[in-house]
Amino acid sequence: MSEQFELVRGRSAGYWLLLAALTVLAAIGLAAAHYMESQGHHVTGMNNQVVWGIPHVFAVFLIVSASGLLNVASMASVFHQPLYKPLARLSSLLCIMFLLGGLVILVLDLGRPERLIVAMTHYNLKSIFAWNIFLYVGFVLIVASYLVTMFEHNLARYSGAVGMLAMLWRIVLTTGTGSIFGFLIARQAYDAAIMAPLFILMSLAFGTAIFVLFLWGVLRLCEREIESVIVQRLGRLLAIFVAATLYLTLTYHVTNLYASEHHGVERFVLLEGGLYTQLFWIGQVAVGGVIPLLLLWRCLTNGKSRTVVAASLLVVVGGLAQVYVIIIGGQAYPLVMFPGSDVSSGFFDGEVGSYVPSVLEFALGLGGAAFALLLSLFAMRILPFLHSARSVAHR
Amino acid sequence: MKAAAIAGLFALAPGVRLVQLATAKVDAAAASDETRWGLLIDATKCADGCDACVTACNDEHGLHGFDRPQTDAQWIRKVTLRDRQTKKVTTLPMLCQHCEHPPCVDVCPTGASFKRADGIVLVDKHTCIGCRYCIMACPYKARSFVHESLSQQQPHSPRGKGTVEGCTFCVHRVDRDREPACVESCGSNGNSAMIFGDLKDVDSEIAKTIRTAPSKQVREDLGLNTAVRYQGV
Repeated sequence: MSEQFELVRGRSAGYWLLLAALTVLAAIGLAAAHYMESQGHHVTGMNNQVVWGIPHVFAVFLIVSASGLLNVASMASVFHQPLYKPLARLSSLLCIMFLLGGLVILVLDLGRPERLIVAMTHYNLKSIFAWNIFLYVGFVLIVASYLVTMFEHNLARYSGAVGMLAMLWRIVLTTGTGSIFGFLIARQAYDAAIMAPLFILMSLAFGTAIFVLFLWGVLRLCEREIESVIVQRLGRLLAIFVAATLYLTLTYHVTNLYASEHHGVERFVLLEGGLYTQLFWIGQVAVGGVIPLLLLWRCLTNGKSRTVVAASLLVVVGGLAQVYVIIIGGQAYPLVMFPGSDVSSGFFDGEVGSYVPSVLEFALGLGGAAFALLLSLFAMRILPFLHSARSVAHR
Repeated sequence: MKAAAIAGLFALAPGVRLVQLATAKVDAAAASDETRWGLLIDATKCADGCDACVTACNDEHGLHGFDRPQTDAQWIRKVTLRDRQTKKVTTLPMLCQHCEHPPCVDVCPTGASFKRADGIVLVDKHTCIGCRYCIMACPYKARSFVHESLSQQQPHSPRGKGTVEGCTFCVHRVDRDREPACVESCGSNGNSAMIFGDLKDVDSEIAKTIRTAPSKQVREDLGLNTAVRYQGV
């Protein structure tokens, strides 16, 4: 069994350079968070109109992706796909680490991060945020147990049951993440039940894409090629998830377009929102949706692994654009308090919220992502998470 | 009855002690749900250009800005509406509506956003972690996040960097049988466009006026049953 997996020791200069770069990025992120906390959030681009900024874009993207990163493990344990069995350890590892990366960003962006203990001891059980604290912590524990069943031969018989629990849990978890926005009755862009399933589809697409990219990258570090059979199968799955995400996005906008009360926000996102409109059409729809679908369709005939890797990269870029449009665009569109009237005030009522992200916020967001990657690579150095070349060849 | 509200300060969450009073009374007279504090604003009397209520609020709570309009806190603000068809212009003060079912309280993960028995919605500054989810949830843009360190605070209205804040209905005054600063100032320096009182007391001026003259809630469709009502909108 153990020879099916190997450590990633990475003796090359490139490997150490990567580790160093990730460490520096994570350290810069931490320093940025410290500066934001000591100075107050006025040093960021966030304000009283757009209260959640780039840190939340990265955090939500990482948390949503974390859920989808478990796809491969679920496929192995729950849907009994033997091809994915050797990849289940890596899938579970990345799932935990990306979740931690996202959560670190969220906590460090709090106005009072030192009060994390308050969040862990005072719960308002009507708050979806409070539910999510349970869901995230529970998810880490479940996936960690799942990993134990994969590493410990004596516990292997429980792997299917724990895998099933993990899969069901992550569906609830991503429902919770989507509902952070779905439950916001006040805002035109949110207040929609479809946010939960949309986030689930986004998680499946982003998670699969990141898994492909990470696997491709780490195998290159090991001077191995990504197995064609794996990348082709993941490519087909990715195509389904990307198409389904586009479909739910279409449904969301068509439903909004039917209701006059939402015409304003739709005009904003689809036509007149400037950066948000560009990010929607060019980033989310074209780069993150249509082009990857065309590439993946082409891959069915040319069978090139590189095409799937390229499509995965585009899905990640488009995914970040999508989360940006949802989180920042949704806040930038002004609250509608008096339908039928133009509203103005000294507090920017009736105006599109202005938001210019600061370097500090990018530093924190990228730092969290680097932290997730660093933890993953470190774990792969001390425990055999990566499948060996022969483990796939045998299937 | 108002004495009841005062004593309740001891029995509630730590944040309420921020407005702990020298005149606090016994627990037996806690804030009671037999009272629901409310505010009726007559927009027909509210003059364009008058900001007596805003100035009074800023003075009362020490809300001195940093000349950074995007991040400076505003607990009450003047809003101007222009009807797109008739071009009718209306001006009114907008503040926390002290909802019966406040979305800010629902979404707060730690319970720092809370509603007193008498309907006043507050933030416990000791348990607010600064996540800003309440700002996302408020339909009235009534809350502000404190973006920097503060000085020269008012003892009766402590604030804190990294926490969220908003109109307290001047709970420190109300519990001493006084009107909120904005209402008092509107009466003396403005156009007497505001009536503050107990919505549940059928003999109060606010209850009688709401009974006899049309008034509305902003975003009534949300079913939040706001304590702030408007006339002439």
